[in-house]
Amino acid sequence: MSKPSLLLTASPHVLGPDSTPRIMWTVVATLIPIIATSVFFFGPSALLILIAAGAGAVLTERLIGRKGSLNDGSAAITGILLGLTLPPGMPLWMAFLGGFFGIAFGKLIFGGLGQNPFNPALLGRAFLQAAFPVAITTWPTTDGPWGALRGDNFALPLMSPKVVDGTTGATPLGLFKFEQTGTGMGNLLMGNTSGSVGETFGLLILICGAYLAWKNYLNWRIPVSIFATVFAFSGILWLVDSSAYQSPMFMLFSGGLMLGAIYMATDMVTSPTTNPGCWIFGAGIGFLVMVIRVWGGLPEGMMYSILFMNALVPFINRSTRPRVFGQQPKARAAKSEEAKS
Amino acid sequence: MFGKEFFRHGVHPPEAKDLTADVPIRRVPFPDQIVLPLRQHIGAPSRALVRKGDRVERGDKIAEAGGFVSVAIHASASGTVKDVEKRAHPDGSYVDSIVIDVEAHSAQVPRPRVIPHWEGLDKKELLRAIQDGGLVGMGGAAFPAHVKLSPPPDQKIDTLLLNGCECEPYLTTDHRTMVEYPERCHIGTRILMKVLGVKKAVVGIERNKPDAIKIMRETVPDDLDIEVLPLTVKYPQGAEKMLIKAVMDREVPEGGLPMNVGVVVMNVASVATVAEIFETGQPLIERILTVTGSGIKKPRNLIVPIGMKVGDVIDACGGFTDDACKVIMGGPMMGPAQGNMETPILKGTSGVVVLNEEEAHPQATYPCIKCGHCLDACPVFLDPQHLGSLGLNMEYMEMYDKNHLSTCMLCGCCSYVCPSHIPLSHLFGVAKSALRSEGVRV
Repeated sequence: MSKPSLLLTASPHVLGPDSTPRIMWTVVATLIPIIATSVFFFGPSALLILIAAGAGAVLTERLIGRKGSLNDGSAAITGILLGLTLPPGMPLWMAFLGGFFGIAFGKLIFGGLGQNPFNPALLGRAFLQAAFPVAITTWPTTDGPWGALRGDNFALPLMSPKVVDGTTGATPLGLFKFEQTGTGMGNLLMGNTSGSVGETFGLLILICGAYLAWKNYLNWRIPVSIFATVFAFSGILWLVDSSAYQSPMFMLFSGGLMLGAIYMATDMVTSPTTNPGCWIFGAGIGFLVMVIRVWGGLPEGMMYSILFMNALVPFINRSTRPRVFGQQPKARAAKSEEAKS
Repeated sequence: MFGKEFFRHGVHPPEAKDLTADVPIRRVPFPDQIVLPLRQHIGAPSRALVRKGDRVERGDKIAEAGGFVSVAIHASASGTVKDVEKRAHPDGSYVDSIVIDVEAHSAQVPRPRVIPHWEGLDKKELLRAIQDGGLVGMGGAAFPAHVKLSPPPDQKIDTLLLNGCECEPYLTTDHRTMVEYPERCHIGTRILMKVLGVKKAVVGIERNKPDAIKIMRETVPDDLDIEVLPLTVKYPQGAEKMLIKAVMDREVPEGGLPMNVGVVVMNVASVATVAEIFETGQPLIERILTVTGSGIKKPRNLIVPIGMKVGDVIDACGGFTDDACKVIMGGPMMGPAQGNMETPILKGTSGVVVLNEEEAHPQATYPCIKCGHCLDACPVFLDPQHLGSLGLNMEYMEMYDKNHLSTCMLCGCCSYVCPSHIPLSHLFGVAKSALRSEGVRV
């Protein structure tokens, strides 16, 4: 018998089809249609912002991350997602800085992929919000010539961007909060409103999310739980006084809720591992975002809601561990012990 | 019955049973040498009764049970005892084994013996005959059968459950046993029902074996209450606890045994062997074995003498293909990979699977991304993600004390689904052996 050189590894010897890079790059692939529509609405500015944020994230990972860790695709996701949450008219150097901060201080400082407690893209955005509160809340409108820049994208680092008159407007949430003006449902669904680069086209985000959920690359319980909580919360307020509060559908499709619920809250690393935990996590985000939107000082609260719930994930995981097969409920186990003695 | 015909969680690996599902069982010529380890079962090793130079006939008892949780071992071929020495065992260790040089040109006929009819024997005598016949669970775990069949008097058993699931990919051993020897299965069931004093038996078979379900149903004796129940195809349906949950909707308590919920589970191949012991007097000296996989030239189902070397078995199936890369003893989900072609087929070996380079290609591992897929796969609802991170830090006591490590049956579902290819079940196996070497019963 001729014996080939044999491989000795631990069982199981067959593995499932999924791999971490495949999950990550599939998420990137589903972002492509969202990127395309954002370029359609906001012109070259949107693409520039995405490239700047992406470059910031990817270069940082390449320079101070582990060797070869770019291949897993997580840095690319962070960069693109950060870009999608920024206003199109923002100076590019700020977006780049956000990408750097998200990867360096949101992820690598904790030990790289899988170790970070907070969503790195949102941490990058929170940093930008704290550092450049004006630039990150200057929203261009969707009208005007397609090819024109939507703001002073090429402002030099550490210089204040020039204000481009006449092309800025408020987001639907801002309009409602500060000017008590509504926005048509059609425009909300189709993304034809002011807002961040990739957050406006709610319907498309929902479709991409459905695909990821079908592939089991995101836990559908998280977005469903967020939607249900926001719908119920805003529905009650709306029924009480429909002139003072917006309709549930408006709440669902305005601001960053869709993008946050589908792409940010479901980040595997920073969301609970247990299914009951995912329901709680989503409900917490939905509740907090409503509290901030209705009673808080900011028009939008998706970012802070998710980051806050991220912090609770270890606690949620620990308290929602499933009952192990054959494990007696504590009360019954105690009773049978009594019976024995 | 009362179960839902499935259990929660689990995985769906590719079945890959087509290679041998329709291949009839054939005998193989006797090899030149047989290696019979004294430790082929869970429990105390057997005690050798022969010495170097002794002549043995096929079927002779050559080792006796080394305690209650132990069984006899019989010569699976006539020949001369070469020695009792340490030989390679499929689990990677070297254990005392009886090595027999098989006599060339022997008729291999067992000595004539008196076989008392089983109907005239009482429960105790039947159990002794089963222990003396060397019977262990032939589905993989190799637990001595008579121990399972003698529950303490305060444990009331109401059902005998026959395990015909064969949920491991590739293997068709139990499948072919049921298709070709259904009567033997039913005779064995009849004997075991008498031993246990139960009125009800259920045969659980996964739905991917319709021919086995049909034949087993058609051959059920009229006077016996044997139900053949088709079950959902899902790994690990054949794990005792999962099978009991699926068939009876009873949950074996943590740390408990099937007998705690009134059930005894026996693999169909073991049950067929019970019939053989009492009908022909032949102890467990040969078994049905699937030899299959992309690295085997002619995948087949064989009857092989226990103790035949894995290399000889592979040769009997046309040998390796050019790109053969990994030899697995048992199924690919739980079976250990083999590097030594001298290791013998044991009583509990249900198959030999050889994978080619493409299928055996090792996957790169990545850090855990906490996707939670392992929690959704674990059939006993553990938190493999948390256990895995403890395992990597070698916090074994913490795994045992607070995280139910002993409930883990090393089925491999968590490793199967892990997108980062972290060898979770391997980590748990390592943790268990580390704890055992410190005297912790886990």
